[in-house]
Parts: sequence; C-alpha cells; structure tokens
Amino acid sequence: MKRVRAIAAYTLAAFLLAMVQPSPSVAQDLVQDMPQAFSGRLKLTGGVNQIEGAAGGGFTPWALIGGYGTKDQVGGAMFATQVTLDDFTVQSFGGLIGWRNRLEISAAQQSFDTREVGAALGLGRGFKITQNTMGLKIRLVGDAVLDQDRLLPQIAVGAQFKSNDRGGLVRALGAQDSQGTDYYVSATKLFLAHSTLVNLTVRSTQANQYGILGFGGLGKGRSLESEGSIAYLPRQDLAFGFEWRTKPDNLAIAKEEAAMDLFVAYAPTKNWSVTAGYADLGHIVTRSQTGLYVSVNTSF
Amino acid sequence: MFRSLSLWIGLSLSSILVVPAVAQPAPLPLPPARSATAPTIAQDDRLIRAFGGQEGLRAMTADFMRRVLADQRIAIFFVGFDHAKIEGHLYNQFCQILNGGCVYTGRDMNIHAHMGITEADFYALVEDLQAAMTAHKVPNWAQNKLLAVLAPQARDVIAVPSKPLEPQN
Repeated sequence: MKRVRAIAAYTLAAFLLAMVQPSPSVAQDLVQDMPQAFSGRLKLTGGVNQIEGAAGGGFTPWALIGGYGTKDQVGGAMFATQVTLDDFTVQSFGGLIGWRNRLEISAAQQSFDTREVGAALGLGRGFKITQNTMGLKIRLVGDAVLDQDRLLPQIAVGAQFKSNDRGGLVRALGAQDSQGTDYYVSATKLFLAHSTLVNLTVRSTQANQYGILGFGGLGKGRSLESEGSIAYLPRQDLAFGFEWRTKPDNLAIAKEEAAMDLFVAYAPTKNWSVTAGYADLGHIVTRSQTGLYVSVNTSF
Repeated sequence: MFRSLSLWIGLSLSSILVVPAVAQPAPLPLPPARSATAPTIAQDDRLIRAFGGQEGLRAMTADFMRRVLADQRIAIFFVGFDHAKIEGHLYNQFCQILNGGCVYTGRDMNIHAHMGITEADFYALVEDLQAAMTAHKVPNWAQNKLLAVLAPQARDVIAVPSKPLEPQN
C-alpha cells in the first residue's frame, strides 16, 4: 500500500520535472540540430485519461499510448476527473508516461465519497474509500492513425494493479480481497475518412465497482467484461461520443450494473483538453446512479 | 499482487525487445514501389469542390508550401530543392486524389526513405497541411478524406531505421 503510494508520487514528480522545458532561445538553437523532442503526434490522438488513469475515453482504456510521443519520443499526460452522482462523488487524478508510442505506465488515485449515505450506513458522513491504481499498457501491433489503408486496428494489452485502503469494510461487504489486478486487450481504430474513432476492450477482472468495493465475492472468480467507445470528430479540436462498460456482479448485498456515458471532449490547444459528459454508472450500493462527468487533461 | 506485477514488467520488457525487431522491415532492399501516388478517391466532383475547385486547391497548396518552409521543425528538409517544383508535385498529387482532373507525375514516395524523416516530422507536415486547409475554409470531412489517403505514405516517407535522437553535428 505504502509502496504503491510512493511509486505514484515518484511518477508524478518525474512528470513535473519532464515538463520543465528549456527557455525559447535555447530551444530555438537546439531545434536546428535536434529532432523534435516532444509532442510529435497529432492533437487528441493520445485520447484522454480513463477513470483508472490509462489513456482512453472516460471509463474505457484505448489501445492508444497516452501523450503525444512518437516512436522516437517520450510523452505524458496528467488528469483530474470528478463524477458527481446522485448519492456519491467519485474523483480520480494521476498521470502517465508513454514511451516510444509502445509502452504506457500510469499511476492514479480514485476516491469514492459516500456523502450522506456514509452517515446512513453508520460509516460517518463523507466517509471515503480510496484506491491506488498502477497501470501498464503495451501496444502490440497497428497504428490507429496512420494505417488508413488497412483494417487492422491498433491493438494493446494492459494491466491495472489496484489497491483499496478499506480492506475491513470491503470484506464486511462480502469481497474477498482489497487488492486485485485487471487485465485487458484493447483494439482501437480511427476511421479518418469518416472522422470516427471506434474502440473495443475486453477486460478480465474481479473488481467490484472498479475496485472501490474490493475484489471478488462469495463463489465468484474472474469474469470477462466488455467495454467500448465510439467517438465522432466534427473538428480537429472536438470529439463527442458514447461509451459502455460492463462489470461483474459479485456482491450479494450490493447489486452492480453496467456503466455508460455520453461525452464531449474539447481541446482548445494541443496540450489541454476538457471532457464533460452525462454518466449512468448503474446501480451502486443504494440505487441507480447518474450524474455529471468532468475531466481535465494535459498532454505533451 | 507483486508476483503478477513482476510478471507484467517481465512481459513488457520482452515485448520491447522483441516487437520492434520483428515489426520493422529490413532497411535494404527498398520496399517495392507502390503506385507513384495515392489512388483517386472521389467518384464525383464533390471533394474537389469542397477544396474550392482547382483554383482553390492551388491557393491552398501555395499556402501549405509557405507554412512548411516557415516551419522550423521541418524546413531543413527542403533546403537545396526546387520549391516551385515540389509545390507543383504536391498540387498534382492532391488534385488527382480529389478527382480534380490532374495526373501526378512525380516519383514514388519512398524516395524520402533515406532523408532521415522522423514520425514527428511527418506529423509536423500534416499539421501544416491541416492549418492551410482550415485557413482556406476546407470543411473538416473533406480534410479528413484527403488525410486518410495520405496517412499510409508515412510508411514510405519515415526513415527506417529511425533517425537517432542524439544531436547531429
């Protein structure tokens, strides 16, 4: 637990250092002799950060490697997300590093504020459950943007290592563990001639509500879940679309359902984007939860 | 958890070592010449009209060329070449793709293969083209139709193996 937190902290510190760039005059002298060091790819082609920190849509990881690094570069992204639901507030923040458009390492922290429900359940008003997620993703084949003459999508495999800080509580709810690992395969294709991006992801997971309610349940093991996104890009700086994510239903006392959302992402500059959307996260503990999704992302 | 973590780190490291080695074609011999230009993609004149006809396309191409030559990231690749001739080839290539009634007579795109052009250089050129098309009021759908045909040229244009990251003196 402490180790995961420390890794997350060091990752973020490395990021901030990496974002400090030489002054313009030095940069201009260097640019004649050096290939571009950062941000070689096109606007929005690193996606945004999904709730667990990987490059993707709002809830679903994509096969794209986050940030704007090409196969000769290192890129990165940082994000903060809030989903304000009927009874709960979910927040997530973190960052990722993309290495040579091949490997992505991400670290993020999710928190789940129970607000009034916490008081009703005797946990205390505003009782929070916090989870740390470390992510790895490897692009195996394909280039979602450049391979416009092939049907082959960009394909990546990934893993998300999650650790929840409320082991006692989630076991009392029926979960088997406060730690768990998700594995996924994502296929992403930009149909540029139609200004449309499509993603499909299959995830093997034991996580209850992303891991916020622990991992596994009585007699339940891993399950394979499907996730998908479709986005239309009417302009270079704008995308809107739809996502879904199915989830296990492991806990007898807290029904779980699929999540879906409708989103609009706007990138006023190449380095900043804002995503807003309507999220329907399905049944969580008390009842069906819908609300507003807002996320800010910076990528280089 | 940490056992699976180390398994994944191991897997990722091996993929870094293995995948680039098998994915990149040998630098020699040169890849077989594809058709000298990208295919004509429009059946009618809707696309060329979205570019303002031959006249609009010519003005956009001239603006694109100006932007490229002023772009410090990539201007160096054009030093010592006949800019008017390159602009003419670009115009003919775009015009043929858009079914505008032209024929591209330039060489195969793989003549770029040994110029040391990186993926970032290729995308810088695309950004200049997008800026020129937007400045000339080409609608986004039409821009993307042209870019979708040009994008696979990256395989012929980008240097194999990649240009090293060290400064070149």
